[in-house]
Amino acid sequence: MANGIRDRVAIVGMGCSRFGERWSDNAEDLMLEALSEALTDAGIERNKIEAAWLGVCLEENNVGKTAGPLAQGLRLPYIAVTRVENACATGTEALRGAVYAVASGAYDIALALGVEKLKDTGYGGLPVRTRGVVADLWLPNASAPGAFAQLASAYQAKYGVSYDDLKQAMAHVSVKSHDNAALNPKAHLRNKITIDDVLKAPTVAEPLGLYDCSGVSDGAACAIVTTPEIARELGKRDIVTVKSLQLAVSNGEEAQFSNWDGASVRTAEVAAAKAYREAGIADPREALDLIEVHDCFSITELVLMENLGLSDPGRAPFDILEGRYDRNGKIPCQVDGGLKCFGHPIGASGLRMVYEVYQQILGRAGERQLPKADIGLTQNLGGHPHQNVCAISIIGRLGA
Amino acid sequence: MNTNNGANIGAATDRGILAVGAYLPRLRLDRKSVAAGHRWMAPGLRGLAQGVRSMANWDEDAITMAVEAGRRALAAAQAPAPEMLTLASTTLPFADRLNAAVVASALSLPKALAASDCGGSLRAGSSALIRALQGSGGQQLLIASERRIPRPASTAELMVGDGAAALLVGEGEPIARLLGSASLTADFVDHFRESGRDGDYGWEERWVRDEGLSKLVPPVVKQALQAAGVDANRIDHFVMPEKLRKVGPMVAKKVGVRPETIVDPLFDRCGDTGAAHPLLMLARTLAKAGPGQTILVVQFGSGCDALVLETTDRATGSDTEPAWLDEGQVETNYLKYLSFTGQIELEWGMRAEMDNKTALSAAWRAEETVHGFSGGRCGECGTVQFPASRICVNPDCGAVDTQQPYRLADEPAKIRSFTCDWLSYKPCPPFMFGHVEFANAARVLMEFADCDPADLAVGVPLDMVFRIKEVDPMRGFRRYFWKAKPQLKAGE
Repeated sequence: MANGIRDRVAIVGMGCSRFGERWSDNAEDLMLEALSEALTDAGIERNKIEAAWLGVCLEENNVGKTAGPLAQGLRLPYIAVTRVENACATGTEALRGAVYAVASGAYDIALALGVEKLKDTGYGGLPVRTRGVVADLWLPNASAPGAFAQLASAYQAKYGVSYDDLKQAMAHVSVKSHDNAALNPKAHLRNKITIDDVLKAPTVAEPLGLYDCSGVSDGAACAIVTTPEIARELGKRDIVTVKSLQLAVSNGEEAQFSNWDGASVRTAEVAAAKAYREAGIADPREALDLIEVHDCFSITELVLMENLGLSDPGRAPFDILEGRYDRNGKIPCQVDGGLKCFGHPIGASGLRMVYEVYQQILGRAGERQLPKADIGLTQNLGGHPHQNVCAISIIGRLGA
Repeated sequence: MNTNNGANIGAATDRGILAVGAYLPRLRLDRKSVAAGHRWMAPGLRGLAQGVRSMANWDEDAITMAVEAGRRALAAAQAPAPEMLTLASTTLPFADRLNAAVVASALSLPKALAASDCGGSLRAGSSALIRALQGSGGQQLLIASERRIPRPASTAELMVGDGAAALLVGEGEPIARLLGSASLTADFVDHFRESGRDGDYGWEERWVRDEGLSKLVPPVVKQALQAAGVDANRIDHFVMPEKLRKVGPMVAKKVGVRPETIVDPLFDRCGDTGAAHPLLMLARTLAKAGPGQTILVVQFGSGCDALVLETTDRATGSDTEPAWLDEGQVETNYLKYLSFTGQIELEWGMRAEMDNKTALSAAWRAEETVHGFSGGRCGECGTVQFPASRICVNPDCGAVDTQQPYRLADEPAKIRSFTCDWLSYKPCPPFMFGHVEFANAARVLMEFADCDPADLAVGVPLDMVFRIKEVDPMRGFRRYFWKAKPQLKAGE
């Protein structure tokens, strides 16, 4: 029986570029911005990194294929660099690679870095996906909002929630993230909005309006990981460790078999259950001090509250409206603004979530610092509700 | 002139029309709206600006309409699968790629099939029908389908319509038999269309009427009547598409057919569906005719075809119009019609730039999946899944290589979830799609067709329709797949 990853690997340095429309910066600029912060934080030199994982989802968006962009951009000295891609969960995938490499004993210090230049498409929103081969012959060429909007219609039908109640709860999700991002200098969208703004915004994919959709941004984020022992040798006193890393990937059941309700993210349920077990968490509602989830769309965040076991089935809209996931609520969610407002440079997003949990645990979150932050969960989702990859990490203080 | 005594060939056997099917697109273009757009330069079109004509949706063409008509004929037939398929049209999308082969695979006809496209003139359908009825042995499915794109502001733009009709012909218990026929071939060019072009070029209507219709049609009709051994005044239904107005009565008078037998050319319902129209009108006539009635079918175009048919005891006519004629939704947006027919280029934004190149090798591998909507049914647990796969999707089964082909096109289904997506590029936004759940529990994420956002709700029952999935303008290719059409109340 495997022991899992709990407390075997420490995060000793993290960095995150400012997210946004970085018109004048290329991928190299963003990567260096994130790495410089992480190296300073870790207190190590660049040449101490023994292996690296690069997360890029859309390499055709001015980043490039293979691990080359990272090795060349940061002039890494002929070390092992691997590029990973798992749709919007790419960032967490890069972290998994680095963390497992250290846990295996193969390397002492490893880097996980995610980057994306999404603003080089010429229009707003995520790029049109690249073509596969066979699935294009029958699958609808769905946009991301269109695919996630499916959750809303199925959710309403399953729980008998009215359209207006659901829209109100979804609007609350977005307003909260804008409020939180206003306190975050690295966030892309820092303006405050009102419920009315959300409800009156143009429709993107019914029932999702403009403000139900996350920002599309350029950015990079990274983590330097090592063993807790080496972390101590580096002079770290507050040691932040990885409690759990779980990944669940759809096998076609949701899309093709009749046992999925269409109103939930099955992979999140599976990955969360495994993650809580790996981290030794009996009751996530009590244990988690903050969460960063994949709020690509407001409805996604809403259903995830149930799939992560934090709201009872059918209750998420009401828990949200009661402020349970607000900054001052029971389980603060997206205190950095989330994908919605911090932004969503795909390959960086999973690492950006971990970055926020890490900063909160170390008490460095500035204006948005939570009073208590010992353990937090990040959840990163790639693909569409019916067919996706879901990555969950639990990050906490060593011993917490 | 070639005449044939059908009785000699057909009477001894029970060869005839075994079943009919017809299809009109849901959209009905309002002629007033068309004429209004042209009033500044062609005020005379006002005279034709009454009623509606059928209008193919953006994802319909002669192939997809043929499939729908063919499905209806086959569903009505309860006969063995056809051994021959003929697709008649002057507007088939491919000049070299057997259009009938697409139709055959969408209908899941056996691969051992003789299939051909025929075109060349508006007689493509009527000539093919004569050949089918004269032929011997085997079931033949004849489908005529047409989607013409006349030039804007031409009278044809108002006169034509889009549609398809299918007739299953063969031995069995027919609803109608051929008594006799006649054909004339003449290079009388009342109109023409160069290969690869849209829009006809035509000559003065008075000349067409006086030198063409008036002189060429009556002798052929008389020959057909003679071959059939039927007096003109015994004809109960005179089916002749209205090439020019008032030509029907003129021909009827010249040959001695009673004017009250002239069948409504459906100008107000759908317009002239070209090569499909004689068959479409015949399909409607057969749906309404009782036993022992004679039907005269005439079609003009590079000559003339005339057929005399007689209904059998299986013809149990009904006074009510067939459902395919009643359905429809009026479309008053002429710009939408122009866009659907490729006659104006709108700014669709960068999302429309996606390269739609098709891997032809992959398309062939998936032919039955895509055209036949063929999934797999697990022999172990019975789970139906789409597409068929090596390993059963049922987590409690997981059997390997147990799936048999299972066609989903005719299975009941309903909406599980949906959206109206304004972001994705579609020629008719919003892009409506969602999870479709079949009664057999199979599940497919599908596009919705022929509906408005208000028609979508969880649980709405669906019918499957064969449509254009994507067009590749760079290479002139188009791909087809099935879409889910919400069941609407009649008249909606």
